[in-house]
Amino acid sequence: MYTPHTQADIRAMLDAIGVGSLDELLAVPDAVALKAELDIVPALPEYQIARRFEHMAAKNTGVDAISFLGAGAYRHYAPPAIATLAMRGEFLTAYTPYQAEVSQGYLQAIYEWQSYICLLTGMDIANASVYDGATALAEGAIMAINANGRKKLLVSRAVDPNYRAVLKTYCDGLDVEIDELAYTAEGTTDLAALKAAVESKQYAAVALQSPNFFGNIDVLAADALAAVRESGTVPIAVISEAMSLAALATPASWGAEIVVGEAQSFGVAPAYGGPYVGFIAATKEHMRRIPGRLVGKSVDNEGRTAYVLTLQAREQHIRRERATSNICTNQAHCALIATIYLALMGKTGLRDVAALNLERSRELATAVSAIAGVDLKFATPFFNEVVVDVHQPASAVLAKLQERNILGGVDLGRFYPELSTCILMNATELTSSGEIEALATALSEVVHVHANV
Amino acid sequence: MSTLTSNDLALNAAPPLIFELGQEGRANRYVEEGKPLEQFLPKTLLRDDLPLPDNSELDVVRHFTQLSQRTFGIDLGFYPLGSCTMKYNPRINDAMASKREFAQLHPYTPDEFSQGALQVMYELERSLASLFGMAAFSLNPSAGAHAELAALLIAKKYFKDRGETRRDKVIVPDTAHGTNPASAAMCGFKVISLPSDERGRVSVEEIKKVLGDDTAVCMMTNPNTLGLFEDHIHEIAAAVHEVGGLMYYDGANANAIMGNVRPGDMGFDLMHLNLHKTFTIPHGGGGAGHGPVGVAAHLVEYLPTPVVRAALRQAQDDTRAQDDTRASQNGRPLAPSDTMTFSLDFDRPKSIGPMRSFWSNVAHAVRALSYMYANGADGLKKVSQLAVLNANYVRVKVADFLETPYPEICRHEFVASAQELKKATGVKALDIAKSLLDHGMMAPTMYFPLIVPECLMIEPTETESKETLDHFIAVLREIVETARKEPETVMAAPVTTVVGRVDETRAARQPNLKWEPA
Amino acid sequence: MAQPEGLLYSKEHEWVKIEGDTALVGITDYAQNSLGDIVYVELPRVGKAISQFGNVGVVESVKAVSDLFTPIGGEVLEINDTLENDPAAVNRDPYGAGWLFKVKLADANEKNNLLSAADYEKIATE
Repeated sequence: MYTPHTQADIRAMLDAIGVGSLDELLAVPDAVALKAELDIVPALPEYQIARRFEHMAAKNTGVDAISFLGAGAYRHYAPPAIATLAMRGEFLTAYTPYQAEVSQGYLQAIYEWQSYICLLTGMDIANASVYDGATALAEGAIMAINANGRKKLLVSRAVDPNYRAVLKTYCDGLDVEIDELAYTAEGTTDLAALKAAVESKQYAAVALQSPNFFGNIDVLAADALAAVRESGTVPIAVISEAMSLAALATPASWGAEIVVGEAQSFGVAPAYGGPYVGFIAATKEHMRRIPGRLVGKSVDNEGRTAYVLTLQAREQHIRRERATSNICTNQAHCALIATIYLALMGKTGLRDVAALNLERSRELATAVSAIAGVDLKFATPFFNEVVVDVHQPASAVLAKLQERNILGGVDLGRFYPELSTCILMNATELTSSGEIEALATALSEVVHVHANV
Repeated sequence: MSTLTSNDLALNAAPPLIFELGQEGRANRYVEEGKPLEQFLPKTLLRDDLPLPDNSELDVVRHFTQLSQRTFGIDLGFYPLGSCTMKYNPRINDAMASKREFAQLHPYTPDEFSQGALQVMYELERSLASLFGMAAFSLNPSAGAHAELAALLIAKKYFKDRGETRRDKVIVPDTAHGTNPASAAMCGFKVISLPSDERGRVSVEEIKKVLGDDTAVCMMTNPNTLGLFEDHIHEIAAAVHEVGGLMYYDGANANAIMGNVRPGDMGFDLMHLNLHKTFTIPHGGGGAGHGPVGVAAHLVEYLPTPVVRAALRQAQDDTRAQDDTRASQNGRPLAPSDTMTFSLDFDRPKSIGPMRSFWSNVAHAVRALSYMYANGADGLKKVSQLAVLNANYVRVKVADFLETPYPEICRHEFVASAQELKKATGVKALDIAKSLLDHGMMAPTMYFPLIVPECLMIEPTETESKETLDHFIAVLREIVETARKEPETVMAAPVTTVVGRVDETRAARQPNLKWEPA
Repeated sequence: MAQPEGLLYSKEHEWVKIEGDTALVGITDYAQNSLGDIVYVELPRVGKAISQFGNVGVVESVKAVSDLFTPIGGEVLEINDTLENDPAAVNRDPYGAGWLFKVKLADANEKNNLLSAADYEKIATE
């Protein structure tokens, strides 16, 4: 499909080449020739492809459930104008903008993305994006390792467990060790332990997430920051819910030198996990170490404003085995979507969304904690998600909620054995009071029923 | 205060930045008004200011439409960018991926509520395994380079488990993509660069000289980046296996082999694919891509997590299965996968672990599977045949007026060289590339592979018609003829684009990487 | 440009000017010319002990990157800070304003491993 060749074309082209047949053109030594029967999906006409996917799509019943799922992927409103613009063929079918003269529009959009990320995080520089939040953390950690040459990392256990798992995958390759910091009864990183740990001056970086995986605001206090700086450790801030940047004090304000995160919240569909869009921002001292593509503003041969990929000597295609990152593609199209989202929402719209997230998640917390046998695990300021302790196996409670078509949140026992009675619940601007009521009603029945057994 | 408007395009060479437009308070009412943030959090935890512009939806639509008009994509013209497989991206793919049931599905949705997404992943994975002769793929990595890293991490863990940590050398031919050595270095491997022979291929004798009990992996692509089929691949693989090493296949050039020859049959143990190249996922200006990693049977347990596990549906679900049949198949036989249930398997003790936050670029898996359905096995074979036909047709025509250093049957792409032209006229490969932009076409890949001086790497792809190829050949011929008569004209290109050649030195010496308030 | 006399050279296209027990190091005119417009120079840290012909940094041009090897061993006394804002000095004046770093010599005999201007000229014009 999608090949325009007529039989006459094929004949004429074979003649021009001087071979008799297509098979002759693709001849390979017999030792490697294909002998097996291929077992792949059958060819279908287009209308049946559409039916086939309708059939499979109908089995994704989760999209019709009442959902309180968050934990690194967030449900936010995305205006239709985003798709209208981002799906324009010029953007959709362009390659990486190597030829600046015919890529000015995309280059400018990425320059705007870099600018937005800097404004939101308070950092000096940002790259053109990386795969997602977890890989952003891994690449940010490599930046720190290259900055001070140390081969150990310190990471809070309140950092998204998926991010920590990916960091470990990368570190296994690099032969870098990871030590983890405990979280306190308040559900934030143990800063006393952090201060003690960095004294050894053996850590390249220390990574904290805020809001952390539990939804709690979790930043370096002034004395902890002083200890981190004193020890030559690079403070890394992890942001998995980018919407929080619209409301909370910037990572720059609490001392982060490298900010890594996930911008899926800015108009990128949850899509069962991807594609998403990671970002890396940093203070200017780290400019030469930042991985991936960077767009710079320059001029053309007539002095006109022109954008271009720059500082390419850092990249794998030039450095080859000297490169410290192998990254080629960024997530340009997702970054474009996020940029359009930020442009549409503006300061006013983003503030509104942030305020609504704060409001609805507090409404959720109040409603569920009013139920007998259900408590909030931590009493710490949070953004839009909260840890709810049901004092019985969370997996069983969630399963009962599912029977009522409610996806009640993420079972924390999956990642933290000590929190196996806890559920991470999220509410955004899309969460209605009716949905919160439905959850509270169901939860009171489920927890009550269980308590009587 | 801003005085620029989104209508300033005619006056300004570049549209104003979005930050130079708008007025505070010009809000679009997408959500309700929020209460003051201080009602929810102490002021010390809040940011002081949010210095972002407020723009009307119309101004935003105009701004990004203008930017799109200053961007060249496949939809606008021929895009012969070697090694990138810039083929037509069918719109049905996007329509399927945009379906609410796929797009709005949260990654933590329990398995029983996300069977459709899992089925897509399963069908795609099984089809890829058969098409490329691998035991299994993981759809976890995000892009080609990412999958390549995953493959080398698999190799590292495999050797560690076998107590063969002395294996620290990765052999990479000098025609390899730059990612190969970079990925190897990220796993602590030492890179041994292997020169190509006079036929532009890896020689069995040369590789044997560097093989030993410290060999971990040999990374190759076939056809290689010169577009040539490594016809001794079987012997090379045997030699690498003989010393206990693993063979890795860089799938960047998979568009040349589908349904014709399989990496598994060539002796490769590990491979990656760039689904955004071969399986018509739009490149989107440089990502997001999708890069499955595939392995032979002895490496399956090392694949990144999660993988999709399938089970035959239990008896009590039979009614549901029948419902599915009526709903979708119109009396046609059930697809085998319709009788199965799926789950995500995270419990794989030997796995290298996850490569990314969530399971896979599922929206792209939908696109790639849609393309597979459009073709089937025979169709994909035809795709590769016609990709090779197009490349050879352009090659023999271009040989009339440019050097082609390897004048033999190529696969999906070939390299030409402007070295002789440069000596005679001063016109470089770069100048030819820029001239093509003036003719409404994208430039080929330049200066790669590194072993061919003044290299132009041309990959037409199978979706281009003979007429388009003839036009490209005629334009290229005209550029070369102009170069011989008035080289300065070619060296001044491009002149029809919105900007001329950009001062890259200035960009790199005085980096300006973001907008700053005046 | 002919190679200045009075300097010693390495095969890796660095020059060294020995003055007593210290030495000034830079890259040659040939090197800057083949790299093209230099945009960034990564230099060793002051105080670092470096050994002869060791990799001590990187020179980046717009589209190439090249390892920097020191032609002489010792302790880094000083680096040319002005290159951070003006890397072009290496292109403009490789033997003057574009010097890279100053070393306190570890072993004066190491100079015997280096090339004279005439010998280097042969390599650079090959």
